[in-house]
Amino acid sequence: MRRVLSAFAAGLLFGGGLILSGMADPANVLGFFDVLGPWNPTLAFVMGGGLAVSFVGYRLCLRRTAPVCEDSFQLPGTKLIDARLVGGAALFGLGWGIAGYCPGPAVVAATGGFAEAAIFTAAMVAGMALWKFVQWRVNTCPIAARLRAKRG
Amino acid sequence: MTDFSPWTALAGGAMIGAAAVLLMLLNGRIMGVAGIVGGLLGEGGRDLPWRLAFVVGMVAPGVALGASGNLHLTGNGLGAGLLVVSGLLVGFGTRMGNGCTSGHGICGLARLSRRSAVAVVTFMAVTALVVLVRRHLLGG
Repeated sequence: MRRVLSAFAAGLLFGGGLILSGMADPANVLGFFDVLGPWNPTLAFVMGGGLAVSFVGYRLCLRRTAPVCEDSFQLPGTKLIDARLVGGAALFGLGWGIAGYCPGPAVVAATGGFAEAAIFTAAMVAGMALWKFVQWRVNTCPIAARLRAKRG
Repeated sequence: MTDFSPWTALAGGAMIGAAAVLLMLLNGRIMGVAGIVGGLLGEGGRDLPWRLAFVVGMVAPGVALGASGNLHLTGNGLGAGLLVVSGLLVGFGTRMGNGCTSGHGICGLARLSRRSAVAVVTFMAVTALVVLVRRHLLGG
């Protein structure tokens, strides 16, 4: 129960921050990346404020041997920089550059009743499911399995 | 909401950072929205309740503002076709690349993860390029 309540609190703070900062509005995101247009620096301040807090806060809380409500910290173990990472980030950038929504703001604006964000979010969830399907397909495909076995 | 206001941007950003720290301090988890939302799709298990609670908390302020007519967004003005294409790209790409602006940006960079740095530089560069092409070369 404590894990659920703390996740709810973190979500509340995150959702409130997205709205207060103006990140929930794609106009601010597109305005930031439009360096040749009337530049909108909002995103720089949001990322700056966010990173300042997370950088210092992470250092302080990762000194503990374990988090408050769990047995251990779950940090990504892989350090691999591969085509999947770069390709995924590039596809994400392509979509973000067209629409100005990344996943958090999209969900917030959609549930706030903003129609374009609702269409975007529905497609985004479909895209996530599509990735899951592709992964499953690759994992169950006999040719891919043979290739993996060859590579060791 | 497109008028630039540095103080609310900074304060909102600090709240986002504080949310990431809170989730790490209490639950020991990276606050990555793509992973949290994507993880709701049929993964289930032990992580389902907290992921669901995070999303409920995350949408609560917007739902309250929206229901009372106080959520004012400019939006992007795209038609349904481009909304669907861009949504598919963002959903697929963030899962393939294991992270979005929150996971790689706020959390990964704070951990000085090289993976996240490469991801952030890549998606920021592509985003800027797409905006440049669409707004200045295609005149859209």
